[in-house]
Amino acid sequence: MSVASMSMWCRASCRASSLSLLVGGSTGPLLGGIHNNALVRTLSSSSASAAATPAAAAAVAPEEPPPVEVFVNGESVQVPKGVSVMQACDAAGVDVPRFCYHQRLSIAGNCRMCLVEVTKSPKPVASCAMPIMPGMQIHTETPLVKKAREGVMEFLLANHPLDCPICDQGGECDLQDMSMAYGSDRGRFVEEKRAVEDKNLGPLVKTVMTRCIHCTRCVRFATEVAGVHDLGVTGRGGSAEIGTYLEKALTSEMSGNVIDLCPVGALTSKPYAFTARSWELRPTESVDATDGIGASIRVDARGHEVMRIVPRLNESVNEEWIGDRGRFSYDGLRRQRLDAPYVRGEKGAPLRKATWKDALEAAAHGLRSTPSTKLMAVAGKLADAESICALKDLMAMYDGQNLQVEGVTPSSDAADVRSSYVFNSTLERIEEADAILLVGTDLRKEAPLLNSRLRRSAVYDCVPVASVGPDVDLTYPKKDLGDSAKAIDDLLSGASAFRAVLDGASKPAIIVGAHVLSRPDAYGVLSKCVQLANDVGCVSGDWNGYNVLHECAGRVAALDLGFVPGPKADVATAPGFVYLMNADDEATLASIPEDAFVVYQGHHGDAGAARANVVLPGAAYTEKGATYVNTEGRVQRTKRAVPPPGSAREDWEVVRALSEVAGLALPYDDVDGLRVRMAEVSPTFASVDSVQQSTIWLNGSTYAASKGSSKASTAPFTSSISNYFQADVIGRSSKTMARCVETRGEMYAKTHDVGSTLGELGEPSAHPLGD
Amino acid sequence: MALRGFANSAVALVRSRCTSSVATTAPAAVSFRVGGLGLRASSSSSSASEEKTVFGGLSDEDRIFTNLYGKHDPFIKGALARGDWYKTKELVQMGPDWIVEEMKASGLRGRGGAGFPSGLKWSFMPKVSDGRPSYLVVNADESEPGTCKDREIMRQDPHKLIEGCLIAGTAMRARAGYIYIRGEYYAERKALEQALKEAYDRGFLGKNACGSGKDFDLVVHYGAGAYICGEETALIESLEGKTGKPRLKPPFPAGVGLFGCPTTVTNVETVAVAPTILRRGADWFASFGRPNNRGTKLFCISGHVNKPCTVEEEMSISLRELIEKHCGGVRGGWDNLLAVIPGGSSTPLLPKSICDDVLMDFDALKSSGSGLGTAAVIVMDKSTDVVDAIARLSYFYKHESCGQCTPCREGTGWLYKMMQRMQTGDARVEEIDQLWELTKQIEGHTICALGDAAAWPVQGLIRHMRPELEKRINAYSADAANKAKEIAK
Repeated sequence: MSVASMSMWCRASCRASSLSLLVGGSTGPLLGGIHNNALVRTLSSSSASAAATPAAAAAVAPEEPPPVEVFVNGESVQVPKGVSVMQACDAAGVDVPRFCYHQRLSIAGNCRMCLVEVTKSPKPVASCAMPIMPGMQIHTETPLVKKAREGVMEFLLANHPLDCPICDQGGECDLQDMSMAYGSDRGRFVEEKRAVEDKNLGPLVKTVMTRCIHCTRCVRFATEVAGVHDLGVTGRGGSAEIGTYLEKALTSEMSGNVIDLCPVGALTSKPYAFTARSWELRPTESVDATDGIGASIRVDARGHEVMRIVPRLNESVNEEWIGDRGRFSYDGLRRQRLDAPYVRGEKGAPLRKATWKDALEAAAHGLRSTPSTKLMAVAGKLADAESICALKDLMAMYDGQNLQVEGVTPSSDAADVRSSYVFNSTLERIEEADAILLVGTDLRKEAPLLNSRLRRSAVYDCVPVASVGPDVDLTYPKKDLGDSAKAIDDLLSGASAFRAVLDGASKPAIIVGAHVLSRPDAYGVLSKCVQLANDVGCVSGDWNGYNVLHECAGRVAALDLGFVPGPKADVATAPGFVYLMNADDEATLASIPEDAFVVYQGHHGDAGAARANVVLPGAAYTEKGATYVNTEGRVQRTKRAVPPPGSAREDWEVVRALSEVAGLALPYDDVDGLRVRMAEVSPTFASVDSVQQSTIWLNGSTYAASKGSSKASTAPFTSSISNYFQADVIGRSSKTMARCVETRGEMYAKTHDVGSTLGELGEPSAHPLGD
Repeated sequence: MALRGFANSAVALVRSRCTSSVATTAPAAVSFRVGGLGLRASSSSSSASEEKTVFGGLSDEDRIFTNLYGKHDPFIKGALARGDWYKTKELVQMGPDWIVEEMKASGLRGRGGAGFPSGLKWSFMPKVSDGRPSYLVVNADESEPGTCKDREIMRQDPHKLIEGCLIAGTAMRARAGYIYIRGEYYAERKALEQALKEAYDRGFLGKNACGSGKDFDLVVHYGAGAYICGEETALIESLEGKTGKPRLKPPFPAGVGLFGCPTTVTNVETVAVAPTILRRGADWFASFGRPNNRGTKLFCISGHVNKPCTVEEEMSISLRELIEKHCGGVRGGWDNLLAVIPGGSSTPLLPKSICDDVLMDFDALKSSGSGLGTAAVIVMDKSTDVVDAIARLSYFYKHESCGQCTPCREGTGWLYKMMQRMQTGDARVEEIDQLWELTKQIEGHTICALGDAAAWPVQGLIRHMRPELEKRINAYSADAANKAKEIAK
């Protein structure tokens, strides 16, 4: 049986795919079983890959069938074979109202709002679920259609509470919008309205279930995209309710997306509840800097406050989802902020508020008075490229060569080959991989958005996934090969059965987690991974399946800028002066000797600031126009949505001011000058929003030459993130994130601990969920 | 060639004399007819020139279900005596195409309610497999209020159904069949399971079924009792272990059905009559009833008749004859008749004026504004509170709506609430028109036909009983006005 029919089998039992069977059967199995808009995407992308690797492409993507002509309201439009009537209408620019249909979810066809008339059908048909036929005549403006939609709208509004004035969805509600087009100005429903008890879905999603129109988008999202079977429909007819059956919080790391998906105000954001109206908000299109994916976001602010963060559409990065930390940790931007410089008078004295002048002078003194061999600078997880570049230049002026990136074991050639530290296949093309090996990573915590892409591959296209690392639930089937470097040895020697799978794959991929980079034996493990990548053919043609996944936003930029120990650096020398740029990691702080003079620059009063002698307040990612590079090497720029609090400044300006106070001013006066300098250091910074593919694959030889002697230890692999919600200073300062941790803890206790506690108390060993 | 060869070598494939009281297995008549296996003793003919104009009065030898009333052994001995499993091997070996052609020629229309031509439906199954197996699913989730025909088959004549499954499964090139039986049918399930075991024990099913060389397995699956699970795609969902909610069509089950494989869902009666049709010939079956409405049919007559019963009769029998001949007439005489729901609860009621001369077949009832449905005749005499009766049906559909799609979920509840008010008259006359509009907003806009089924009874009520509704509304408002006056005094 071919790959094509296997994947069809895989989907066959999924009722969602019923259309896609029809659709996918004719156009190729690459069409994501659950989101038929992938059809258009895949059709366009498959032609490109077909040119590059004809044999591989032919196996999965048959010839693109000729487009089909259909008529929408009499106008001819050419669409790919197998698309739905609704997609044909969209292609023709004709608007079809919809509630349940979502292009990334399976087709439910239950809201009945998208009814249109097609020739030879006596009844109006649901356009989202009806595949087109050649020459089909589609009518969207006939009286029959209008009447049908008005009827559906009346039914939807019949039991809807019509509490728009107190509804957080007000102003951005699909039901509200569409009732303007298809609703009546008065209701005929005089019976008693249905009311539904609200559900507690945890600290993130607020429910007002009476408003629910049962479109089941949330259920389909949770099941298909997030991969958690938390939500479902109970009851039937008018008693049908969306819920979790037993009350529980959503267990997904991307649960907040159901808020955006909900076309009405049934699921809204709990932290945002009653804080702002959508029309009061000032939107700023920006980039998420709380993880390594760099999702496209919109920061909605009012006055000086970020009121909420929502995702933007970006097919290549986040599709249209964001993780819960990126969405909900914004309240951490208001708490624990460094709004003024601080200086510690003498050793042991508390930090005291200072003026910028005093603080910069104190820092400059520390810098000047330390011998260059004892200078050290650390680029932290939230540091932006501009400030890293400025800091690098500043350190260079004082010949400070001990530059380190937080979470990377120091090595002078860690940044030599770009393809050795980025996600080479790119996030979008990882879905082309036909066998995937994870090394030392818990994708669900480190990159939930990437995890949902892999889930799609694993579940709908039956791509085999194996993991060397922590045994965690990734929401899809994966083979656990072990948790130490021995498992990689087995793969190298062929002792592991998964080796044959990798060998047989035409586009195998290896995803190395950031945990590996931070290990003392990082280069021993990495050279094994690179060896394996070479052996199984991860790199061939335009496919590079060797991927390093970073869990934070600052690291790739720092490596791109060469923020690594210089040739004269001796990382073993105890530093006398340490410049922490947004560096708060325990491991970083533990390596600093007690008598070192520490300058901390950052935006939160967390561990780094507590250790510092001088604290220089910087701006968070929502408060500056700064450059970040995501894990795949995509250069992206944030925009300033709100000003930094108090006397905090944009980070590169702080470094520039320090250089001036110290006596050797950096040669750029504005950010444009700095960005020219960045592009000089690394040309990748010349083009924003794109990925500069590394065309050179040097890793094998490089590692063999320089790191060949490094050995891998048998220490188990873990994840670089143990606590998803509080992985950075913003998350640690967020009350919402703290509530999430608390809820997860309670849920864990409910399912694990309570039973045993009862046992110890001598109670009968009752199930924690009770009778 | 095979066809002709079989016809030439055919001995009588059916006992020619088989009454409901005496069953014999002696083949009596032999005739040779190219294109069919029709061997029958009855004198009716199907040639167009002699088209019948009078229907009804089905003779005992023309009845298919000869143990409908359970007077004989329902199990294997009785079944064999009644002629079941007779030359089934030869029928199976005639091949799918022949079976489908015979079914088409017989004019059999699906007995589950929609009346889709069965031969045509069976022919939709793929002739060449793409690697997926095909499945037969028998819909034994008989839930339409008023309908009680399939249960009699399963209780009293289960082997007819099981043999039919093998035949239909052969026609569909199916490897296996599933009988989805509603959870409430306990005795029926037990009877069916016993019969199934007997069939397996005798080698009628399983590997090399009946020695025909075809492998066919049959499974009885119990539902949990939901009306919506009688909808074919909801039934498939339920069979797959999911909540019984109808799927979107297309794709149709013949393309993507049970477990994603080609599937045909058919009614119990449709399947159960198939072996007899094949044995006695398509034109025997086609000799009954009007064109396009051929065959014999089980009618279930309930309500205000003297002797409610389930009876096999010729299609196109007149409603009045059906009631008076088999049910001892309407309680209190024909003139005491108020209305009849002719085809199960979802069909619109017909007032007495139409009932006087309407024929019981698909086309006649459709042109009268109702439908044959499952042929469950619900008779209401003049003592009936017809508004209450229809309100109760509205309650049923509200209760049974799966809640998946908007018009049905919201509309059925709304209809019921309005019907409750109509019952007491607590409404305005204009609201009758609103009620009509609501039914039109539901009808045809839903995923499955439950929306239509909920709308039609109310439409029938408004179409034929509007004066009754207005009378109640007027009485209620007059009463309210009087009370208001008294209070004012």
